[in-house]
Amino acid sequence: QLDVFVATPGCDGLPSLDSKESYKLSISEGSLLLSADTVWGALRGLETFSQLVGRDENGTYYINETEIVDFPRFPHRGLLLDTSRHYLPLRAILETLDVMAYNKFNVFHWHIVDDPSFPYESSTFPELSKQGAFNAMTHVYTASDVQTVIEYARLRGIRVIAEFDTPGHTLSWGPGAPGLLTPCYSGKEPSGTYGPINPILNSTYQFVSSLFKEVSTVFPDFFLHLGGDEVDFRCWKSNPKINAFMEEMGFGDDYKKLESFYIQRLLDIISSLSKGYIVWQEVFDNEVKVRPDTIIHVWKENPTPYMEEMANVTKAGYRALLSAPWYLNRISYGQDWMAAYQVEPLNFKGSPEQKDLVVGGEACMWGEYVDVTNLAPRLWPRAGAVAERLWSNATVRDLQDAYVRLADFRCKLLGRGIQAQPLYVGYCENEFGG
Amino acid sequence: LTRAPRRYYEYMFGQPWQQRSSRPLGVRAGPELLELQVVIKSPEPGCQSFPHLGSSEAYHLTVAGPVAVLKADEVWGALRGLETFSQLVHEDDYGSFLVNESEIDDFPRFAHRGILLDTSRHYLPLKSILTNLDAMAFNKFNVFHWHIVDDQSFPYQSTFFPELSDKGAYSYSHIYTPADIRLVIEYARLRGIRVIPEFDTPGHTESWGKGQKDLLTPCYSGEQPTGSFGPVNPILNTTYEFMTKFFKEISSVFPDAYIHLGGDEVNFNCWRSNPEVREFMKKQGFGTDYSKLESYYIQKILDIVSSYNKGYVVWQEVFDNKVQLKPDTVVQVWMGNNYAHELSSVTAAGFTAILAAPWYLDYISYGQDWKKYYRVEPLNFPGSEKQKKLLIGGEACLWGEFVDATNLTPRLWPRASAVGERLWSSKNVTDLNDAYRRLTNHRCRMLR
Repeated sequence: QLDVFVATPGCDGLPSLDSKESYKLSISEGSLLLSADTVWGALRGLETFSQLVGRDENGTYYINETEIVDFPRFPHRGLLLDTSRHYLPLRAILETLDVMAYNKFNVFHWHIVDDPSFPYESSTFPELSKQGAFNAMTHVYTASDVQTVIEYARLRGIRVIAEFDTPGHTLSWGPGAPGLLTPCYSGKEPSGTYGPINPILNSTYQFVSSLFKEVSTVFPDFFLHLGGDEVDFRCWKSNPKINAFMEEMGFGDDYKKLESFYIQRLLDIISSLSKGYIVWQEVFDNEVKVRPDTIIHVWKENPTPYMEEMANVTKAGYRALLSAPWYLNRISYGQDWMAAYQVEPLNFKGSPEQKDLVVGGEACMWGEYVDVTNLAPRLWPRAGAVAERLWSNATVRDLQDAYVRLADFRCKLLGRGIQAQPLYVGYCENEFGG
Repeated sequence: LTRAPRRYYEYMFGQPWQQRSSRPLGVRAGPELLELQVVIKSPEPGCQSFPHLGSSEAYHLTVAGPVAVLKADEVWGALRGLETFSQLVHEDDYGSFLVNESEIDDFPRFAHRGILLDTSRHYLPLKSILTNLDAMAFNKFNVFHWHIVDDQSFPYQSTFFPELSDKGAYSYSHIYTPADIRLVIEYARLRGIRVIPEFDTPGHTESWGKGQKDLLTPCYSGEQPTGSFGPVNPILNTTYEFMTKFFKEISSVFPDAYIHLGGDEVNFNCWRSNPEVREFMKKQGFGTDYSKLESYYIQKILDIVSSYNKGYVVWQEVFDNKVQLKPDTVVQVWMGNNYAHELSSVTAAGFTAILAAPWYLDYISYGQDWKKYYRVEPLNFPGSEKQKKLLIGGEACLWGEFVDATNLTPRLWPRASAVGERLWSSKNVTDLNDAYRRLTNHRCRMLR
């Protein structure tokens, strides 16, 4: 019998950035004890315990005597899934949450909508998914689906941070919200195509306010991810009304100022909803005025090398999340998990106070070439390398040792029914589909 | 042709064939297609035999109500035509199945259109091999090149030499029994797919040494054996006695006219280090040219295999190293560096060639890499018309270092489909936008 002792009872709350995930595992003859400050630590300890249990040739289960004191190095250890480039069925998301728990990931960054499709069923604006989803009947997440994901995650100590990326990456919002996006012009005439959200209309801010009011209620985590990346200025430049506005505001030719104008107002709206926010690094790079408790998400490798960006972000006093070297959608031939593993998030010139501002990182699985047919093998076990980098001590970096443990863990994943792909040549006792 | 129509019925309509003719498929006003007649013209249709390099895969399809006709010389063409017909049938929003009136005259550009799978670096469960044969048939591939053993493991259970897999497989459950092999061959045959096994020697044989003592060359460090082994030992009679018996079994287990004998990437260091091998080199007058020793070995293997009336396919090194080959040898060009030049050389020397070099699908990269596979023009090499006729086709290769049943299907398909079209369709079918449209459609169909 494994005795589980939790110091602070209470299983009905939500995990947060401040949750304590430490635990102690004491295994000796006659006594199996798992103790933790909170239920979240107990969950982490249970996972470890399950990995320690082995089975011998006679079928007997055994576990070695052991004393473990464990706690994560970084509090934010996330995985991003993109359900706009390709719809992911609910079961694929739930299975991903299971495997995240096996890897001690604790944040599900749900990049739920984007240019290609809008699968999120909004109660305030049902037309958004009706017009914007790939198929409004089959390729949507209902309110019930979303609650299922949030609760399934919570039971595994995983926070769900939704990203509604604006003002760019919003083409799919257009059909269901006429007037929201900027009409692009070809000379004096509208070309018929659309660009980012139109930042000069009051209706935009009314819409955004209502939508995010709903999103803030639906997603209980303190943080929302607001996006803010890759805003293409060409459409704004082409639009005469926008140009007039630019002149009025004295922005000159600098469309970054217009972008900032929008983001500023968005951030104020979110703040008034009592939510914190995470934004992609462009928001910081473009010198938008953000709240001191903003988290900046570093994803670009150029023009500024990401380690330099981490230094800049933390020097300015903001907390930082690292994703740049962990874009797992960027596949290549060979054991690319090694490069992910060798990343050292604090490898930048800065004071200890700066380094404390790095709250963690996220492995990203963008969806341009990914759907349920290849999600699991592409994610696992590669994402495991990122998970260990974010949980374990900085000194745990021996590649040979990691290979042995990760290959073994991969076979365990197969045993748990997960379609995790091989690291290199070899075999597992029970192969997938065998 | 008993199995194929049932199979295709289910692919088209999503439900199994019912003997009773009824109208379960949705009724709609308009001319109806009641029946597809399949006619095989040749007196030897081939239903009981195996497909081969010279088989006819041409077919003529006339779709018009009320009876459509699929005519082919041999059953293999009928199978190709059934696949096409099944792709023409589509469902409307109300559940009715439709097909456009069409007249199709089709035949493959190249006769050898293959997929290579590697079951040594990772064992592939039978089911995954069979599923892959289905996918191959959807893409009109007609050769399964089974790279069945290699350094890492020996999953082939030999009747004459059971120790090979006993000691050389990853485990007892990681083997292919004779029954498994027969199942794969028959499953392939029913889809018009040839199975060409590859038993690659003298390199890539580490796993053979576990169950066959003295087969591999002991490596030396100075005067002492190091305990490790290199390629097959070419200087011992026992080697050739073994190979004679082994290939006798292979020749009878695998019915195709061809066996792939490998012959690639032979590392000479171990041979060089072995004093007995060096002695042999001296006696034979080979000097320090170990490719002569390699040729000596390969020559004898080729003769052994010939004596069993099998043709052989070899990797390009065997040609490059000037081994004496029989005129009907097929040379597989795989090295990426200037493969067009290699194709010229091989065909200029009068040998048939198959192209794999630009189609190593295990080399994954980010983005739509199917386009670069599609853009390959196999006959883009300097040579006469006669030479170009000697390029009989190609293969998409999925080496197994990073592949097993967890990722085989998504990694191979639909990328290999680009190769399938390049090898079947006419040279001028090259429009990428059109191909993209059709390939995305085909991908959704394969999901179904």
